[in-house]
Amino acid sequence: MTLPARINGWVRVVPAWPIYILAVVNLLWEFWLALNGLRQYAVEPINVLERQYGEIALIMLIAGLFITPIRNWTGVNLVKYRRAIGLSAFLFVLAHFLVFAVLDVQSVSRVVTEVIKRPYVTVGFAAFVLLIPLAVTSNNRSIRKLGPVRWRKLHMLTYPIVVLSGLHYIWLVKGWPIEPFAYMVVILALLFVRIKWTGIRDYLAKRDASASS
Amino acid sequence: MAYRWKNDLTPADVTPKSLFLNRRQLIAGTAGLGAIAVAGGARAQDALVPNSFEDITTYNNFYEFGTGKTDPVQNASAMVIDPWTVTIDGMVDNPGEYALADLLDGLETEERIYRFRCVEAWSMVVPWNGVELADILDKVGVQDGAQYVAFETVVQPENMPGVRRNVIDFPYVEGLRLDEARHPLTMMATGIYGEPMPKQNGAPMRLVVPWKYGFKSIKSIVRITLTDTQPPTTWNNINAREYGFYSNVNPTVDHPRWSQATERLIGGGLFSSRQDTLMFNGYEEEVASLYEGMDLTANY
Ligand code: HEM
Repeated sequence: MTLPARINGWVRVVPAWPIYILAVVNLLWEFWLALNGLRQYAVEPINVLERQYGEIALIMLIAGLFITPIRNWTGVNLVKYRRAIGLSAFLFVLAHFLVFAVLDVQSVSRVVTEVIKRPYVTVGFAAFVLLIPLAVTSNNRSIRKLGPVRWRKLHMLTYPIVVLSGLHYIWLVKGWPIEPFAYMVVILALLFVRIKWTGIRDYLAKRDASASS
Repeated sequence: MAYRWKNDLTPADVTPKSLFLNRRQLIAGTAGLGAIAVAGGARAQDALVPNSFEDITTYNNFYEFGTGKTDPVQNASAMVIDPWTVTIDGMVDNPGEYALADLLDGLETEERIYRFRCVEAWSMVVPWNGVELADILDKVGVQDGAQYVAFETVVQPENMPGVRRNVIDFPYVEGLRLDEARHPLTMMATGIYGEPMPKQNGAPMRLVVPWKYGFKSIKSIVRITLTDTQPPTTWNNINAREYGFYSNVNPTVDHPRWSQATERLIGGGLFSSRQDTLMFNGYEEEVASLYEGMDLTANY
């Protein structure tokens, strides 16, 4: 048996629900560390927690984008885990936003001002808002109700969301740290391979169709 | 002549090291406020409670060692600070390369407990030890016509990962108008809490200008130049719209990407609240006259 086939065999037996548990445990663990001023939270827990949740959210969003290219390139099919990854990403975005609003800015009117006035917050907020319909429709009933075509179309929102997220990060740093640019490179690469894959597939399909007619 | 600025706190008011090493929940700056109202809305000096030594030495911006707040404490130990020479040049009577000890020899070292306000909207209270910059300037003799003082940070690529990665342009440079540099609040700090300056805080000698955003207080200084033209400054070079030459703490002039109206005092834990940022970081009474007639929105 080839390695991808063997991995697909494991995928059949390993359920997705532990991802939710890991996400929630990790979220609460970081909060607990921050609450007690441990590790990197010793001096400025609010900002560090805000950034920690934001970074985990971004990583999870990007992880969700990897599922399709991995299947296309290796035949390993992890689609089963995509909903759990996406919803966990949303959980961290929500936590990120709540730390921002409740612990950092600490006033509704200032949250509004920041969202309107600060472009990097505007961009992050846009990503958050766009994520909400995806989170709400990440269940079997919604897929049935919307139909797979409309559902898939709606979930194409992940592309602008992840670009906005990467932009949000680049926009908020000072100087030229590596991380935000590295994330953006990965994001753009993932989008690029998608454009190519679907483009080539459509092109080949069209060519085959016209050749056989 | 030091002690031109009166600090109501004496060294006896500084927390002994045994206590400050573990102290966590400090809510500085507000105790006793109201009881001791000071003109100009400044918080009373004697209401300032210094942050713990740990706070001050483990949460730093020192991009030579990386852009993360804990990069300096993790990486700065590699910096070589002994021997240390400071080149003093430009419009001075006694230019030259001064060994640090010679430069400071005979100058009065004192403790100053200052608010420290980062441009990123957080703040600390730091008990600095050091000399007034004016004393150093008098020692080397400033020539007539000099109007600005330029400063430069050491560059040791082999010891500084941030320099190797070029996270910003190095060497880091800063500058002050001569009257700002001569102001009695402006000091060259060589220590914190009576300890020699930790490397991550800018050992062995750094500038402290308490009414300006923290990045003006350049660290690990190896060159001081007196000039008659406004010197280039690092963050102004990177983004002139965001960081002006003056960079005085001013709650009414926002950074283009975030508000400067409030700040969070470090050390209050996960539920600490923001406090209002004070004009000139609370030193309005002392320094406002330096900027009389200037448009502080245009000259941010
Ligand atoms: C999909 C949505 C979002 C993602 C993926 C995201 C991701 C991130 C990341 C990766 C960082 C930097 C972390 C680091 O420095 O290590 C960050 C910082 C930040 N985010 Fe978000 N974010 C999102 C939405 C939001 C929203 C909705 C808000 C507020 C309305 C927000 C406010 C902030 C703020 C204020 C910071 C910077 C904190 C500071 O000043 O250091 N973000 N975010």
